[in-house]
Amino acid sequence: MTRRARLAILALPVAFLLVFFVFPFASIVWEGLASDRSAIGRVLGEARIRDVIWFTLWQAAISTTLTLAVGLPIAYALSRFAFRGRAAVEALVLVPFVLPTVVVGMAFSGMRGSIVAILVAHVFFNIAVVVRVVGAAWATIDPELEDAAEELGASGWRRFTQVLLPLARPAIVSAATLVFLFTFTSFGIILLLGGAGQTTIEVEIFRRTSQQLDLSAAAVLALIQLVFVGVLLVADAVLASRRGVQLTPTGHAGRAPRTRGERAFGAVVVMGAIALVVLPLWRLVRRSFAGPAGITLANYLHIGEGRRGGVFEIAPGAAIWTSVRTAALAAAIALLIGGLVSIGVALGAKSRGIWAIVAVPLGVSAVTLGFGYVVAFDADPLDLRGSPWLVPLAQALVAMPFVVRIVAPALAAAHASLGESAAALGASPWQALRDATMPACTGAIRAAALFAFVVALGEFGATAFLARADHPTVPVAIARLLGQPGSASIGQASALAVILLVVTAGASLAIGRGRLGWSGRT
Amino acid sequence: MRRAILYAAAIALVVVGCTQDKPTGVSPGAPEAVTITLLTHDSFDVTRAVLREFEDRSGITVDVVAAGDAGQLANRLILASGNPEGDVAFGVDNDQLADLFANDVFMSYASTFLADLAPDLVLDDQHRVTPVDHGEVCVNIDMRRYVGGTTLPSSLDDLADPSFRDGLVVENPATSTPGLAFLLATVAAYGDPGFEDYWRRLRDNGVTVVDGWEQAYFGEFSGAAGGEGTHPMVVSYATSPVAEVVYSDPPITVSPTRVLTDTCYRQVEFAGILRGTEHEAAAQQLVDFLLSRPFQEDIPLRMFVYPASTHARLPVVFRHNAAVVTDPYELPSADVAAHRADWVARWSDVMGQ
Repeated sequence: MTRRARLAILALPVAFLLVFFVFPFASIVWEGLASDRSAIGRVLGEARIRDVIWFTLWQAAISTTLTLAVGLPIAYALSRFAFRGRAAVEALVLVPFVLPTVVVGMAFSGMRGSIVAILVAHVFFNIAVVVRVVGAAWATIDPELEDAAEELGASGWRRFTQVLLPLARPAIVSAATLVFLFTFTSFGIILLLGGAGQTTIEVEIFRRTSQQLDLSAAAVLALIQLVFVGVLLVADAVLASRRGVQLTPTGHAGRAPRTRGERAFGAVVVMGAIALVVLPLWRLVRRSFAGPAGITLANYLHIGEGRRGGVFEIAPGAAIWTSVRTAALAAAIALLIGGLVSIGVALGAKSRGIWAIVAVPLGVSAVTLGFGYVVAFDADPLDLRGSPWLVPLAQALVAMPFVVRIVAPALAAAHASLGESAAALGASPWQALRDATMPACTGAIRAAALFAFVVALGEFGATAFLARADHPTVPVAIARLLGQPGSASIGQASALAVILLVVTAGASLAIGRGRLGWSGRT
Repeated sequence: MRRAILYAAAIALVVVGCTQDKPTGVSPGAPEAVTITLLTHDSFDVTRAVLREFEDRSGITVDVVAAGDAGQLANRLILASGNPEGDVAFGVDNDQLADLFANDVFMSYASTFLADLAPDLVLDDQHRVTPVDHGEVCVNIDMRRYVGGTTLPSSLDDLADPSFRDGLVVENPATSTPGLAFLLATVAAYGDPGFEDYWRRLRDNGVTVVDGWEQAYFGEFSGAAGGEGTHPMVVSYATSPVAEVVYSDPPITVSPTRVLTDTCYRQVEFAGILRGTEHEAAAQQLVDFLLSRPFQEDIPLRMFVYPASTHARLPVVFRHNAAVVTDPYELPSADVAAHRADWVARWSDVMGQ
């Protein structure tokens, strides 16, 4: 495949990122700094800002460590052991990740104001990243490798530390990078659960703009955040280039636990994982059915009644429809753009560099980007202000990195084994891609589509800013219900959250199936 | 797989195709019809029928667009000054005016309804903005906690009195609009730097600080039905007791909460015509509509604030439950714009936040 063909494939993704990410972000930062040149010195000179940066860093570091500590055993049990109900547990563990932060915040609101609440919520939220990314690596390791080690006399622990852990190191670094990125830029959870002195850079940006109308300070903060995210992603890319062992995908790797120790370990970890996910959500479900006189359906039946007849009515059916439609559109855009990037990767573009670039939108402030859209798209031919396309476009920006993350490795692996054989048999590169590589990856593509869909479904930061108020998405409607007083509001918000929970859980189950299909077919 | 690519391509074409047609409300049969955009915050609301009556009468179609919360609205107006996202803005408040005027966001318009408005709400003599409603930020109190002859607190000073120790919940002014309003009330009452000393007294009297209104009202205040709090006093709105009644389940007619009317800070919401509009005449008609009796009387139960017009009649539930705040604390907008960041920073120092 020629370099020119790769460039042609990557042209649309590059244009997409330039137009809908780089241009608006640069516009708003430029606007903020041009109006107040002294802003950089002023903001960096504040003791408060240094505290905010420090808090952002250390809570992200601890959250990442904790998430790895909790997630690795779960990833191990789910990827190495075969047992009944494994697909269901895999799907369940995914649920928190796709929940909107508003809902996660509500689930943990009992512990509000303590750092423990933030850390636990971050672990709850990100566990899926570790389980998915590291588990996918472990699932591809041939069980015979472990068996061989066992025959040579290696204990279970030794097999783990000397065989499985080193083989999965690239995946672990990847997962850690992602979790750090998410917790470093944490917004909704901090806003809902954070107490005194618990402010991330992202939350500070929101406060400076919304409370103090200080866009210059917000621009400086957005740049600071971008620098940290950039350093992180470059470090990740450099580390990646030094990673040695290339895993060859095999068939499905799980086997039944054999010793009593393995069974006990598996049972404890799986039960623990279920408890970790279900307990916080149970609180939310209970609240959605709570009424003044015991259990009731009233909250579900009266969602949004307080605003009925008004221009910004909250109708649950309409909100679900808006959410689903917008997220489907966002997923389609993300799949198109992310799919093209993945093809570029499969055909030999520098994959780690590309990953670092497409991941940047995950690390920038949604609030800043929202204002960027207002400033950047204010004149023809791209006067998109008020356009219903802004929301799916912004959501696609956030969902696209996941598509690349899921599809690119599968496509690259399949192309390496199948595509090149096809080429050797005389197929043109396009034929090889179309007839050999792609069909082997339908599972991964389907998983990516659904993942993009649920990420978009739960997106809150950018959507809350760009969504039209007469057509709120479910997360936006939940936030709005929480913002009005009266006893009915909390119950209705909980009820709507539970509805969203059901929609995302259903989609996650479908993703779980998609993933099995993928790993079984390569 | 080929099918998946076809789908993706089809969707891409639809995406490209759809961005071409601009959403407009103009029907082809009525060439003189005009559509204008009312830019507002997401707490805005109006009964559809009331708005439609105006549209039918004037021939103007109103596209209502929410630009985020009140702070985001103000920022977006400033960022788009001269090339506005809409024609009329509603929902900027008195504390934002200096920043908005400095950025030349509005054009002057003296509405024919000016004479109907409460004179103390008309804060701009050039009429770049016109008051539409006002709501006060006040301490709310849970009456059930003070039964049987206990003396109730009434003033800001009382809140720092040891007999009401550990009773008050406030929002962080760095993160919350009512929190900021209450800080401004204390600046208005005790001056600068006197407010710092007052907050030291509040701190020593066990005041609880949380980040947002939801947390304070539902999470910490004992008076909110369905909430989980234990504190008898919270910084909220003068109309919060009305909302307790309107949103009550099962229905109640008298709120268990009340407002301490001597602790209030004034918040006035304004409308203004955006400089750069191509529909100035229609925009003027829309501003007039916002000040007219149908809209003014729709305000209380839609947005839980008071109409600015002295001719508007209040709903019964308001007359029974809403506080009449006659003399709220106020500060000049220019002072707020110049010192807001400094006051918040010094508040944070005092409170160790």
